[in-house]
Amino acid sequence: MTILFILVPVALGVVLIGVGAFVWATRKGQFDDLETPALRVLRDDTEGPDRTR
Amino acid sequence: MSPAVAEPTLAGVDCSHCGLPVLPGDIAPEAGQQFCCSGCRTAWALISASGLSAYYESDDRRGAPVRLSGRRYDEFDHPAFHRLYVQAIGGGLLEAELYLQGVHCASCVWLVEQVPLVIPGAVRAELNVPRSLARVQWDPALTSLAAIARFLEQLGYPSHPFRGGRADQRRRAEDRAMLVRIGVSGAIAINVMTVALALYAGWFGAMEPGYVRYFRWISLGLTVPAIAWPGRVFFTSAWGALRARRVHMDVPIAIALGAGFARGAVNTVTDAGPIYFDGVVTLIFLLLVGRYLQQRAQRAAADAAELLHGLTPSTARLVEGDSIDEVPSESLVPGAVVEVRAGDPIPTDGQIVDGRSNVDRSLLTGESMPVSVEPGDMVYAGTTNTGATIRVRVTEAGEATRLGRLLVELEAAMGRRAPVVQTADRLAGWFVAAVLILAGLTYLVWHRIDPTVALDHAIALLIVTCPCALALATPLTMTVAVGRAAKAGILIRGADALEILARPATMLLDKTGTLTEGRLQLMAWEGDEQLKPAILALEAHSNHPVARAFESAWPTEPRALATGARQTLGGGVTGSVDGVDFAVGAPAFVLALALDPDHLAQSVPADLTPVLVAAAGIVRGAAGFGDPIRPDSAAAVASLRRLGWRIGILSGDAPSVVAATAESLGVSAADARGGATPEAKVAEVERRLAAGPVVMVGDGVNDAPAIGRASVGIGVRGGAEACLAAADVFLARSGLTPLVALIAGSERTLRVIRRTIAVSVGYNIIGAGLAVTGVINPLIAAIMMPVSSVTVILMAWRSETFRTKP
Repeated sequence: MTILFILVPVALGVVLIGVGAFVWATRKGQFDDLETPALRVLRDDTEGPDRTR
Repeated sequence: MSPAVAEPTLAGVDCSHCGLPVLPGDIAPEAGQQFCCSGCRTAWALISASGLSAYYESDDRRGAPVRLSGRRYDEFDHPAFHRLYVQAIGGGLLEAELYLQGVHCASCVWLVEQVPLVIPGAVRAELNVPRSLARVQWDPALTSLAAIARFLEQLGYPSHPFRGGRADQRRRAEDRAMLVRIGVSGAIAINVMTVALALYAGWFGAMEPGYVRYFRWISLGLTVPAIAWPGRVFFTSAWGALRARRVHMDVPIAIALGAGFARGAVNTVTDAGPIYFDGVVTLIFLLLVGRYLQQRAQRAAADAAELLHGLTPSTARLVEGDSIDEVPSESLVPGAVVEVRAGDPIPTDGQIVDGRSNVDRSLLTGESMPVSVEPGDMVYAGTTNTGATIRVRVTEAGEATRLGRLLVELEAAMGRRAPVVQTADRLAGWFVAAVLILAGLTYLVWHRIDPTVALDHAIALLIVTCPCALALATPLTMTVAVGRAAKAGILIRGADALEILARPATMLLDKTGTLTEGRLQLMAWEGDEQLKPAILALEAHSNHPVARAFESAWPTEPRALATGARQTLGGGVTGSVDGVDFAVGAPAFVLALALDPDHLAQSVPADLTPVLVAAAGIVRGAAGFGDPIRPDSAAAVASLRRLGWRIGILSGDAPSVVAATAESLGVSAADARGGATPEAKVAEVERRLAAGPVVMVGDGVNDAPAIGRASVGIGVRGGAEACLAAADVFLARSGLTPLVALIAGSERTLRVIRRTIAVSVGYNIIGAGLAVTGVINPLIAAIMMPVSSVTVILMAWRSETFRTKP
């Protein structure tokens, strides 16, 4: 069971990455508006000039 | 921003079905028909296939496809406007947020975000549907905000500058911080729980002490950031309360968290005794979730500056020499002269320098009749000019206006309102403290009886009494109740208001617009039928509310033709119909022109506003106008009485009118007060607050401070924005029937909350009893614990709080 001494820190490292990603996404405003982006993908993106995003 | 920039070309192609311009990307060069969207293409195909193409030949169909206001939006390019709403974002680009009317769906997102394809110089347009906000970026060298706004209006979205920018940013930052805290504490809670599970499981199968120590240290390592980051809000708020020498619900929570963590940390280091980390982190997580649910329910915070903008027009017509410019209202300074056209709201406080008119002050004072004004009279921001065009010299602008001061007063009043401490929050904190003490005692007592099981029993107690269910019961039940109520047309902002509304107290109702319809109607008519066409003919030349009331009272009456009709402000209308001279107006005005041999002037009931009609110098008819009581008011007042409420009327209208209303609704004269200014309404609410909770129901700005001050404020449909922002509850269906539903629903909600709390406390007491006496071990406790949470969640979900069908 000594493997636990390695696996638990590894698991916690994975958690840390997940939490970090969540914090980053929240601060970038990804959760500010949960409705519009779902509607935005319905749009055809074929026409029009290149839009720098 | 050069005005020489050309309008965006729409390629001059109109949709064959609806007549709207077709976007360049949608033009099919070879096709005979052009369509702006596939919906129109389908409609056209259907109509043509059915042989109904003649529809497209009919003239009236070719009317304006979308109602356009024809606004030029020139004020959007005014330097003052740019100072207020436009930011430079680098790269020579400018950015502004516009509030768009009429945004609902996916096609709106599509349409609005096409702006950069159509307008050269528009760089980016992004729409937030739930908030109807479009963020646009453009290059000032190529186009202007006015051009973008004009295009948006052509698409059918009239735009307004979004004023709440700063408050909105603050709120957004708060929201994000809260979400981050929940996410972090949730991740930590799950991991600490997993580790705890391993420890509990290891309790039976003799886990090696080395592993036990290892897991305990990991729990400690995980709990430190949970306390230091998401959990810190409880400590800072508890410390703030203690420094102000007050105790609120965060104090026991902070004590429980702090004590649990400290004891657990000491026990980890000394390698003996229970660690409380799983309970501590779960409590942090669940309390934060409960708080987030509540915070989301009370979103639209009342910010005085924001409210002021909602009530005053965004632009004013500034008179400079011979020219009149549309400028943002914020840019007006005392001394400037503005023109206010008939029907427009007045942007600032000021003195009339030119023109005579009527001003509807109901928003500010609650008076049901407009007052006549002439040069030299003061007019106030927030009132509406209903008569003729006037020019006003600005005396106070912005927050210095009477309306602005009223809103500042409103904000102060809301600040003075004592926060409602929720039963469950209060309970949860003390509950946790009690459990910790009990666990300590259990350990000590069992240590004397049998040291080997002491720890077992203390841990079992801690697990089985985890207050998750208790912390969730109230926010969850209320969130469910608020959702149900919203479906029934009752929008509840401060969910804690439900707790006050559930117990009978004093309820004060505004009269104009709340108990009554809030608009003038013909209530009594004495006179000949033959007079009606002539009256309607004359009133067609008046814009006084009496004229509208005549028209809505006799909609099917034929209308004669009046010649030489002339309106005298504050008097009435004169003119001739079929060669007979007519006069319609206030008694003083008509009696100066005609005789009243039949004493018709006395036939109008005293609580109505009289209007006399004279033909050829003789008074032939008398009409009485009033603001009729809503049909359901009497029944609603009666049912509220039956529920044990004390009902009072608090109105700004004339005392005699208020007394008559009170009498017909069965409200005692002692509880009906008329002639109350907004300030007097606050004083009255404060006086009654001494005797217990006061609920204020109203619709106008004049009620807003009182609504803000009352224990619970309720706004009714059609009310002013300030009133709605101050109110905890907004009734979206007209009439007072929803008020009864609200009270009954609140009672049921509180009953459900009591039931869930009773279940979770009872469950915990039984569990604690079993644990203290050593009947259950930690593993069984760990299985029992979530059962109570699930029970509470199911009870809250299934509860019959508000009925969606009335």
